[in-house]
Amino acid sequence: MSKGLLIDITKCIGCRSCEAACKAQNKLPENNDPDLTATTYTKVMERGDRFVRKMCMHCQNPTCVSVCPVGALQKTNYGPVVYDESKCMGCRYCMAACPFQVPRYEWSSAFPRVRKCIMCKDRVAQGLQTACAEACPVGATTFGERDDLIHEAQDRIRQEPGKYVNQIYGFSEVGGTGVLFITDVPFEKLGFRTDLLKEPYPMLTWNVLSKIPNFVGVGATLLFGIWWITSRREEVKKEEAEALSKKDKH
Amino acid sequence: MNFSRLRIPRITFWRAVVAVFMILGVYALFVRYTRGLGASSHMTDLFPWGLWIGFDLLCGVGLAAGGFTICAAVYIFNVERFRPIIRPTILTSFLGYLLVITALLVDLGRPYRIWHALVMWNPHSVMFEVAWCVMLYTTVLALEFSPIVFEKFKLEGPLKIIHKISIPLVILGVILSTLHQSSLGSLYLIMPTKLHPLWYSPILPIFFFVSAVAVGLCMTIFESYLSNRAFKKKLEMDLLADLGKIAVVVLAVLLVLKVQDLQYRHVWRYLFQPTQEAFLYWIEVTMGIIVPMVLLMFRKVRYHSFGLFASALLVLLGFVMNRLNVSITGMTRGSMTTYFPSFLEIMVTVMIVSLGFVIFSQASRFFPIFADSKEPVGTASELPVPEADRSESFANRPSYARSRH
Ligand code: SF4
Ligand code: SF4
Ligand code: SF4
Repeated sequence: MSKGLLIDITKCIGCRSCEAACKAQNKLPENNDPDLTATTYTKVMERGDRFVRKMCMHCQNPTCVSVCPVGALQKTNYGPVVYDESKCMGCRYCMAACPFQVPRYEWSSAFPRVRKCIMCKDRVAQGLQTACAEACPVGATTFGERDDLIHEAQDRIRQEPGKYVNQIYGFSEVGGTGVLFITDVPFEKLGFRTDLLKEPYPMLTWNVLSKIPNFVGVGATLLFGIWWITSRREEVKKEEAEALSKKDKH
Repeated sequence: MNFSRLRIPRITFWRAVVAVFMILGVYALFVRYTRGLGASSHMTDLFPWGLWIGFDLLCGVGLAAGGFTICAAVYIFNVERFRPIIRPTILTSFLGYLLVITALLVDLGRPYRIWHALVMWNPHSVMFEVAWCVMLYTTVLALEFSPIVFEKFKLEGPLKIIHKISIPLVILGVILSTLHQSSLGSLYLIMPTKLHPLWYSPILPIFFFVSAVAVGLCMTIFESYLSNRAFKKKLEMDLLADLGKIAVVVLAVLLVLKVQDLQYRHVWRYLFQPTQEAFLYWIEVTMGIIVPMVLLMFRKVRYHSFGLFASALLVLLGFVMNRLNVSITGMTRGSMTTYFPSFLEIMVTVMIVSLGFVIFSQASRFFPIFADSKEPVGTASELPVPEADRSESFANRPSYARSRH
């Protein structure tokens, strides 16, 4: 069910058709920002003599979705991680937490929004492929079911084991991403983060958050208990003191 | 009479300073609300949380932790002798939270949607939980502060109601505080590959909670010292020294936890690398935990008003450093960028802090906050106060009496 993109770095010729197609699709202003910005959802980065596309990874279990306090970011069941600007209050936790540092902010706006690739959600919902995949002249970016793309990637690696690095980036990183990469140059040399955990990041906080109801129950009982004990003790003390003073009077 | 004359130049000097801070702060706010966060701050896409989250939120909430610690001690653990400091502590905490919310309104990209967090739920988000807790706890603090207002205006009806619910209120406050003090640490649990390993730990929430308790105690010492100086009051030395003693224990627990955590995660080696992070970590732990802990172990220091104050100040500084390390200095390397707050960011923070001082001093003149306050005490004399509470050290009444009567 979940769609994704497979990006084959060995095939990319750096023509930047995907960038242009994305700008057109999302009605973004033309500019030549050197990195992802609020008006550039995807960017072809030069890394040595290779070209690496940068974009939202559309994680299977996205960190940004889990941290957003108002649920402005959502993972759709068909793949794209989408953003509802009418909910966002601009806390920027999504930006701080995204392990790939993808979401961008409209820093110069008085009513800023979070901006990032949304995997052409309207096109994908209609059964079309993403604009960038459609625009790619050499098939370096291909669109499809994530499972099919994984098989495709495995096939390519199997057919040319001498050429490809035996790893699909995004297969297990942060618990799996919708966008997958294969390459002939080791990923760490291409600016990919290779220190990421293999399990979904949202579990790191959910493990703690899910215990809160229990904590509240136990905590409240304990505190009431302590209060009950300490205040009883004082009453006893007072009664004893009174008894004592009565005795004195006699 | 002579005193007030002597103090005139000093007060005008501070007033001038505060006025300058306010003007710069308002200018910074003007830039922020007209030209956006980009023009007013050095935050970037790679570093979206700056000084306002690191200091104003994390430190602000922590420094306001005195309220729940002292309330818990008096109302739940029945340590009656801390009662005289309840009022100033609650005032500090209440103000602290109001200022934190003010800062959030500056930091949020769309501040007019702050209420969204309360109606659009995402229970998976730590921020969602923090938002709820901060909102509820600020309400609790307002209620805990309200008897002082009711007393001032001699409103007996509401006063009685508050007294009836005081214990559940305190318990609610303690639970909410425990939750969000620790959750501020949980915010960073989801950034294991950004936060430096010296600070990233699965027990970040516990660190945040324990250090908040320590700093809550030290903040009470700090503010008692300052208000005693400002209002020429006698220090309740015994009482503050006791707080110092408790702080030793809490700091010791924090230190043991820190050491065990480094051991458990096998990250000792980072301590001995010539990095900025290692340097900052050493300062944070020695200056902010070990030195004040050792100092406060000595009775002489605890009963020496400046010694006590200085030790408490060290704890506060170490605490601020810890929060800034977690939120800023420990994050830059993992975020592959650098960050230093802009002048305007600093000005907003400075304005908010000085606002805190001004409101505190004004409020403590206006309301019966301090034990030997000259304010009329109003209905307080009619309150049912346990015999044990009538110690000579304070002529004033507890902010609300115990409900078991
Ligand atoms: S890459 Fe970042 S922004 Fe994109 S889905 Fe994953 S966590 Fe969200
Ligand atoms: S900035 Fe907006 S989208 Fe991002 S976490 Fe905050 S509310 Fe959600
Ligand atoms: S999927 Fe769509 S939004 Fe994302 S980079 Fe490609 S064209 Fe742009």
